[in-house]
Amino acid sequence: MKMEKMKKKRVIVIGGGAAGMQTALRLARRGIEPVIVEKEAELGGKLRGWYVLFPTFTPASEVLNELRRRVHECGIETVLSAQVTGIAPRSVELADGRRIDGDAVVVATGFSLFDASVKEEYGYGIYDNVYTSVDIERMLGEGRVAKADGSRPKRIAFLHCVGSRDEKVCQQHCSRVCCITGVKQAMEMKRLFPDADVFNFYMDIRMFGPGYEEMYREAQQQYNVHFVRGRISEASPMLDGRIQIKAEDTLTGRPLRMSVDMLVLLVGMRANDDNAALAAGAGLRQSPSGFLAARDHFLGSVRSEVEGIYYAGTVTAPKNIGETLNEAAAAADAVAEALGA
Amino acid sequence: MAAINFGYTISRPRAIDLDRNNLRKSDEILREMPELQTCIGCGSCTAVCTAGNLTEFNFRKVHTLVRRGEYQGAYEEMNKCMLCGKCRLVCPRGINTRGVVLLIKRKLGDF
Amino acid sequence: MMKRNSWQDYQKQIADDRYYYGRSCIRQNFFPGSEKAFIDILRNDLGRDLLDDPMHSSCTGIGYHSDIVPLETIMTVVARQFALMNEAGYENFVSSCITSFGVYTEVLATWAEFPETEEKARENLFKATGREFRKPASLAHTSDVVFHFRNEIAARAKRRLVNVATGEPLRVVEHIGCHYAKIFPKSGIGGSEFPYVLAGMVEAWGGECVDYPERRHCCGFGFRNYLVQANRGYSIANSHKKLESLAPYKPDFIVANCPGCAMFLDKWQYTIAEMEGTTYGENGHGIPVLTYEEMAGLVLGYDPWALGMQMHQVDVEPLLDKMGVEYDPAAKYLGRNGKYIGKPASAVVNCCPTDTVYGIRE
Repeated sequence: MKMEKMKKKRVIVIGGGAAGMQTALRLARRGIEPVIVEKEAELGGKLRGWYVLFPTFTPASEVLNELRRRVHECGIETVLSAQVTGIAPRSVELADGRRIDGDAVVVATGFSLFDASVKEEYGYGIYDNVYTSVDIERMLGEGRVAKADGSRPKRIAFLHCVGSRDEKVCQQHCSRVCCITGVKQAMEMKRLFPDADVFNFYMDIRMFGPGYEEMYREAQQQYNVHFVRGRISEASPMLDGRIQIKAEDTLTGRPLRMSVDMLVLLVGMRANDDNAALAAGAGLRQSPSGFLAARDHFLGSVRSEVEGIYYAGTVTAPKNIGETLNEAAAAADAVAEALGA
Repeated sequence: MAAINFGYTISRPRAIDLDRNNLRKSDEILREMPELQTCIGCGSCTAVCTAGNLTEFNFRKVHTLVRRGEYQGAYEEMNKCMLCGKCRLVCPRGINTRGVVLLIKRKLGDF
Repeated sequence: MMKRNSWQDYQKQIADDRYYYGRSCIRQNFFPGSEKAFIDILRNDLGRDLLDDPMHSSCTGIGYHSDIVPLETIMTVVARQFALMNEAGYENFVSSCITSFGVYTEVLATWAEFPETEEKARENLFKATGREFRKPASLAHTSDVVFHFRNEIAARAKRRLVNVATGEPLRVVEHIGCHYAKIFPKSGIGGSEFPYVLAGMVEAWGGECVDYPERRHCCGFGFRNYLVQANRGYSIANSHKKLESLAPYKPDFIVANCPGCAMFLDKWQYTIAEMEGTTYGENGHGIPVLTYEEMAGLVLGYDPWALGMQMHQVDVEPLLDKMGVEYDPAAKYLGRNGKYIGKPASAVVNCCPTDTVYGIRE
């Protein structure tokens, strides 16, 4: 009896992004021994590609470095470059044949990014000067935002909902964070290029988080960002390498066309590519959007339908960093309660 | 040259062409009244509009067209406004709509 | 040059031999030489078997898209074409018209999706003609077949799409036609956004395609938009928009995939010149518009007048000179057996008639 009490419970956390690291930290605080299994060679997940976070312009590295520091400080075991191929309530299988055992599993595998080249009409990967929001974050991080030929853009268009709310590419859900990302990046562009005109083309503007609506208004009123309610239908190249775009200005009921120096596609969050295989093997349920379905939306939002398998972060739905971190803590608490720790 | 009449003309494009439209006046208007840019197109102004109940006048559409550099007819349209101010009471963005009407009339009297 | 890396995602099965040929209404009237060239190239240059069956009819696509021919009727007509193909012992249908190709694709897809419509077509066909049919093993547009043989044609090429004076590749605008892949993107080589069917030929034969802002835009035919005279302003406005958009790229010629597009992009240049005085191309003499068979025929060394290029509104001689094609200017309006076929009145976009003094028609 005493021996059993002394032996720490061990929980496998799949995914070493914001959700996985936070889950592991919280588990460790509750006296559980977590092990993070990460497919990349380092911890951090998608956050590694982000420059600053909305709505406060906090550098993503601040959050990331602090999480990594705490993980290191707590001496949390991490298995890197390890692709999980199978999940059971008390173990995971890795691609190299290894098996890791534990008392429970938290799936924090996150999302996949929508591949903008699937929307062929926008010519991503074909035309220079068509970018994704991820490219812009990378360029901001590198400290060099410019047109393909290195010159300063004078006119920039952002297109919302690329790979979100779009039946044509089988992505019917709203990715939630792209709206505010579009507002944030539009403001960053205006800061870098005060003389440039910035246009955001949107279907609906969804400012769900604290401070988001205020930021949207600031972008309009202080930064003079133009918001056009209409979806860009196609992008084509011009003789000088700029991009011609077409849309309907739905508020005036007329077609609209213009040329821009840069077209930025705000790409959405897709269900993780690995979800189908993992779900099938473990008996987990996927929602119609492909994200993994929690037991229920209210009191069981971090539990799967399989006893011993839990969820944290964007594996179940698009979320922002704050929500992800909170949910990771909730998942860790649910695991700890179930294990009696 | 003596153009041949084939019984039809080449239809003119209806598109708002932001490459061709001169946005100078629009920029001036937005500089004087940046809050106009915060319009979210909710339609409350048009819903309560006294003039709009009697005529085709649509305040939202006219100021949006002006912001896109489509000035033709904007002055005449804004003349339909009776300046009753009901739109200002309902605007969720707090835009001084009556001020917008007067500003557009002042700036676009020539068009 | 354009990075069309996505075209390989859209491949389709194209039969290698034994085709049943479905002709085009527009082309038999406006570009009869192109259909003849397709048959000659396949039979004589490539040694393929193709049946040009006098029994087959119009697909009635023009009537269908103008709301004159009902769906059930066009399905029965399509069923009859397939029955004729079966009776002749062929199973690879090749259509010479984009609209027909679109019709066949649409009918086959509708039959697959709604089997009761196929049953109805079978019943109608049997009642009307006593015929039965099997669906084709493969369905292709004639340009798909030329694309399929583009490298064989390149290997036999007598000339290339190159300016003989400068050695530079010719700059080519390719126009695909809405019914090729805009309805069913998977039915076309390269899909609907970046079709490769014509670009593949141009590149294989030494030319260079230009991409321009209104590349995907419709030529404006639009059936009802053209067929009713009062609506033609909408029709011509589309070609006008395209020509305005492509002219700054200074293309040497336009190659069109679709009978209607080839006709309108060519003939509207004359109309625009006469209505507004706007002309395109070098010296304002228009931009020649070719069919892909004419392009292939020139590459293979066919005589331009045998290809029917005297039927064009915009004269092709400047292009022939650029390519180094030898031709007899005096033979232009001599038809088969040397018979004079008549000559068009001079116009701004025609550069060759000697009775026009250019630029000062006012």
